Amino acid sequence: MKMVTVIAARELRTMFLSPLAWTVLAVVQAIIAFQFLVQIDFFLQVQPRLASINNAPGVTELIVSPLFDWAAIVLLLVVPMITMRLVSDELRNQTLSLLFSAPLSMTEIILGKYLGVLGFLALVLCLTALMPLALLAGGGLDFGLLAAGLLGLLLLLASFAAVGLFMSTLTAQPTIAAIATFGVLLLLWILDWAGQGTGETPSGVFGYLSILRHYEALLRGAFNSADLAYYLLFIVTFIVLSIRRLDSYRLQH
Amino acid sequence: MNDTSLVQVEHLFRYYGDLCAVRDVSFTIERGEVMGFLGPNGAGKSTTMQIISGNLAPSAGQVRIDGFDILDEPRLAKARIGYLPEQPPLYRELTVDEFLRYCARLNQIPREQCTAAMDAAKQRCGLADVGRRLIGNLSKGYQQRVGIAQAIIHSPAVVILDEPTVGLDPIQIREIRALIRDLAREHSVILSTHILPEVEAICDRVQIIHRGELVLHDSIAGLRRRMQSSALVATFHNAPPPVRFESIPGVLGAEELADGRVRIHYPHGESPAEHIVEQSVAQGWRLYDISAERVSLEEIFVDITHTDAAAPETGGPEEDAAA
Repeated sequence: MKMVTVIAARELRTMFLSPLAWTVLAVVQAIIAFQFLVQIDFFLQVQPRLASINNAPGVTELIVSPLFDWAAIVLLLVVPMITMRLVSDELRNQTLSLLFSAPLSMTEIILGKYLGVLGFLALVLCLTALMPLALLAGGGLDFGLLAAGLLGLLLLLASFAAVGLFMSTLTAQPTIAAIATFGVLLLLWILDWAGQGTGETPSGVFGYLSILRHYEALLRGAFNSADLAYYLLFIVTFIVLSIRRLDSYRLQH
Repeated sequence: MNDTSLVQVEHLFRYYGDLCAVRDVSFTIERGEVMGFLGPNGAGKSTTMQIISGNLAPSAGQVRIDGFDILDEPRLAKARIGYLPEQPPLYRELTVDEFLRYCARLNQIPREQCTAAMDAAKQRCGLADVGRRLIGNLSKGYQQRVGIAQAIIHSPAVVILDEPTVGLDPIQIREIRALIRDLAREHSVILSTHILPEVEAICDRVQIIHRGELVLHDSIAGLRRRMQSSALVATFHNAPPPVRFESIPGVLGAEELADGRVRIHYPHGESPAEHIVEQSVAQGWRLYDISAERVSLEEIFVDITHTDAAAPETGGPEEDAAA
């Protein structure tokens, strides 16, 4: 376990040695901040009308949930850029032998890399969470809803990272890993559109597989253990696949 | 083969698809020994080294490091190995210090001993002045040294170096050789190369691999004996025609070379040098140089590996394996 943190620390450190991490943080922050301001503007417009409705949606529902919805889309585009280098860079530069010759298991290598990228995404999450928290200066927030939203975003990002890590073990070309990750994530995102055009309720299987459906439930504040199980299974699956894939470099070519 | 050998390799096979890159290779290495691993490009040197270091799984066979099987107890075995692949595994964006500290931690050196291990490795590899520089900005020779420092930072029992002097200038090559000789005082070293003088200069034992098979396994002393041939080269200011030598006792034949030099063949072990000198004085040939001709390691190497050069080489696996 100690080795996992050693590798994770190096990953995180390397990320910040290149301008990529800083650029990503800046761009993501700017876009989400813009959306945040748009949501506040919208809230101020509808506020007088809300006062006359019984049981009207509050500030958290009107600002924070759409904000997190939007953040998820931005991060869907950005996470592949962060994860693409994890293993493919080592494959390309032939540095994997450093890890293979050290007394480490494949599991430790993959978990270390995964934790490293998760650390970065946690930072993104914290910066995003600061915006709704700034609203505390002018009023109250529904902390339960906010926590559910943050948990949803965290699980979503962790799932994105797991897919990205797996794709990165497949190829020595980071760009290919990025595009493949993006493709898989987008497909999982739009999966529950299947069958929607026919007027029926979305097909059960596709709806269940859709990564978006489980996220939306959490954004509404509905904490369902099925959603949690979905994300955990999703993450574990891709991590196990990554470990198997890394091990295969040692076996037959 | 006894149990005290540091490295035991038994009946190693490795296939890439249908291609057999390593075929039934067995050898042992004792403590404190420097073993030179020779072979033409694509002979299976790198593949064998990757297998010993645990970077590649063998198709069949066994590798034991200090008694620990590399497949069954990889942690214990790998803790005893330092490996420098053909392409040094360096993170170009880190400084030398950061990189070596990371390597020390990866090799499970406790945090408080990392700095000492790092300083020792830097000292031995002549990196003391470049600790704060980025690896990507260092010259090839220094990068190679960082690669070696990485391999020895945890004081492994065996250091495996795959072509450590490739692409270096002659001065750097001499420095790296001196470093390897220095390492040999405390570690066993397996060194692969296709540069023959390097082997003669550094190694205790030599192994030649060709098409995945071990074709020669000998000590340097044994190799030197093989190198002795049964010919003398004599140089005269006033060389007589070669036929004149054949009357000298103990001479089988002679041939004329350029610039007054003559090669004289004789039955193995019975050098006629004395008779030639006597004759030279008597006949006024003005001999001024006479020496036993040595077969170079290169000739032995070519002799062994040059069986049928036209056949398809087993190249490729080294590149494939590295990819």
